[in-house]
Amino acid sequence: MIWLGIETSNAPLSIAVVKDGQVLIEIVQNLKLTHSVTVMPTIQELLEKVNLKPSDIDGIAVSEGPGSYTGLRIGVTVAKTIAWSLKKPVVGVSSLKVLAANAQLFNGIICSLFDARRQNVYAASYTENLSETVIEEQHISIDELLEKLKEMSKPVMFVGLDVAIFKEKIVECLGELAYFAPTSLQLPRASKLIELVQNEPLPSVEEIHSFVPKYHRIAQAEAEWIKEQKRGNQ
Amino acid sequence: MGEFTMKDTIILAIETSCDETAAAIIRNGTEIISNVVASQIESQKRFGGVVPEIASRHHVEQITIVIEEALEKANMQPSDLTAVAVTEGPGLVGALLIGINAAKAFAFVHNLPIIGVHHIAGHIYANALVQPMQFPLLALVVSGGHTELVLMKEHGSFEVIGETRDDAAGEAYDKVARVLNMPYPGGPHIDRLAHEADEAVEFPRAWLEDSYDFSFSGLKSAVINYKHNMDQRGEEINPAHVARGFQESVVEVLTTKTLRAAKEYNVKQVIAAGGVSANKGLRTSLEQVFEQEGIAFTVPPLKLCTDNAAMIGAAASYMYEAGVRGELSMNGVPGKELKSW
Ligand SMILES: [Zn+2]
Repeated sequence: MIWLGIETSNAPLSIAVVKDGQVLIEIVQNLKLTHSVTVMPTIQELLEKVNLKPSDIDGIAVSEGPGSYTGLRIGVTVAKTIAWSLKKPVVGVSSLKVLAANAQLFNGIICSLFDARRQNVYAASYTENLSETVIEEQHISIDELLEKLKEMSKPVMFVGLDVAIFKEKIVECLGELAYFAPTSLQLPRASKLIELVQNEPLPSVEEIHSFVPKYHRIAQAEAEWIKEQKRGNQ
Repeated sequence: MGEFTMKDTIILAIETSCDETAAAIIRNGTEIISNVVASQIESQKRFGGVVPEIASRHHVEQITIVIEEALEKANMQPSDLTAVAVTEGPGLVGALLIGINAAKAFAFVHNLPIIGVHHIAGHIYANALVQPMQFPLLALVVSGGHTELVLMKEHGSFEVIGETRDDAAGEAYDKVARVLNMPYPGGPHIDRLAHEADEAVEFPRAWLEDSYDFSFSGLKSAVINYKHNMDQRGEEINPAHVARGFQESVVEVLTTKTLRAAKEYNVKQVIAAGGVSANKGLRTSLEQVFEQEGIAFTVPPLKLCTDNAAMIGAAASYMYEAGVRGELSMNGVPGKELKSW
């Protein structure tokens, strides 16, 4: 079984090709390039390097969110179009879970997060080996997240490039319980994405059309519209 | 050596520059095999205009569905295709990116060349689907995002001789419609009201002498001021009279300038393109003056005036013949300039 993995949920890019559980090739970069420009040439280049044709792909795994709306849409659009063109399944994976998987051997709680601006984050937390989700992925204020983690009074490993933004606050709240993943584990890896789903049952190809990113937030204009409707109904 | 055979050029075209998710299949640049458009008007109506983030989200939901439908309606397989075309710009960047990345992924899987098309070139080439284009040709492109006069000396040659300095004509229509409390999109409502009116409120015309440029923001402000003054005096405005006055101003400026340019450049054909060319008032006025002048004038049917992928496929067919090819690194260019190929 040959998998193509696509990770474009935030600024970093990762693409991987995995065959029968073996990573054949993987690229992980943090160059802040436009995904729209880099994703397709990178996929082409990696497949060429491992001597595979697009039609050799049996399944596609992609980060489905949360993250940058545009980044997610590029990854998901490329993934679903390749999948639909090949009539092969596409599987979405939480971008927070992929990131947390980098630190999955940590004996404690693993918390992955992305900055969502104005002291908010997209975050989730798992136990060792991601065997249990202790904080569901959500859009949450950093203070509230740290309070929840503090209540668990267990060591917490923080993963993600954006952790640096909140480091001071994290240490202030959790003290010696706070651990920070080394820099080599801060970038999401597309091979992890595949690792997380390769033993799961595959969705049917009929589901490709309805496959969309998990934004975790409705668009601003829609939120305002809903608010207005509620006001009108009172 | 194999025998040389003429092969049809069959293009799958994709367009997602604004709020329509569209795919079409075009044969030899002139024949529409299928033309699928998924409109977001019902969703965007709530906001009184197109919200870019909402548009992008809808495109992701629709993109593979419309491509599949275009192939199914054409009864074709990817192996029947010659190339994949997609709108590269101008447009909403987030919206453009969905079509572009889907087109690139599809082209990659099926090993097809990809062609990036300028949206305005598409609008102009919608006419090639109706009848052959005669050069030199003058195109008046009017839509929610554009008001341009484009001179074409031959296929693939574009010279923008006039453009709006502020609002696009369609944008002015939508804004005035909002002042008159009409639902989005406002253009068709104003057009209808203007035809029902027996009188017109007099509004100014922005001539910008010695130039083929346009300006509609002054006219829009004049309508707003008129309503404001009437409100202050406690008088009711007659929306039909306002609509007619506004439309007369827009139509007179567009017609006069297009005619002047057509004469100066001695063109053989004038075409109107873009969503606003569906406007009855504008169509009638242009038809009349060019009939008098003896210059051929064409407007594509309504479904080829508003955004669609058939027009992108038509332009791409000529680009393909001219040897134009894009790269897998193609990006959305929201402010893309109209250049000759
Ligand atoms: Zn348009």
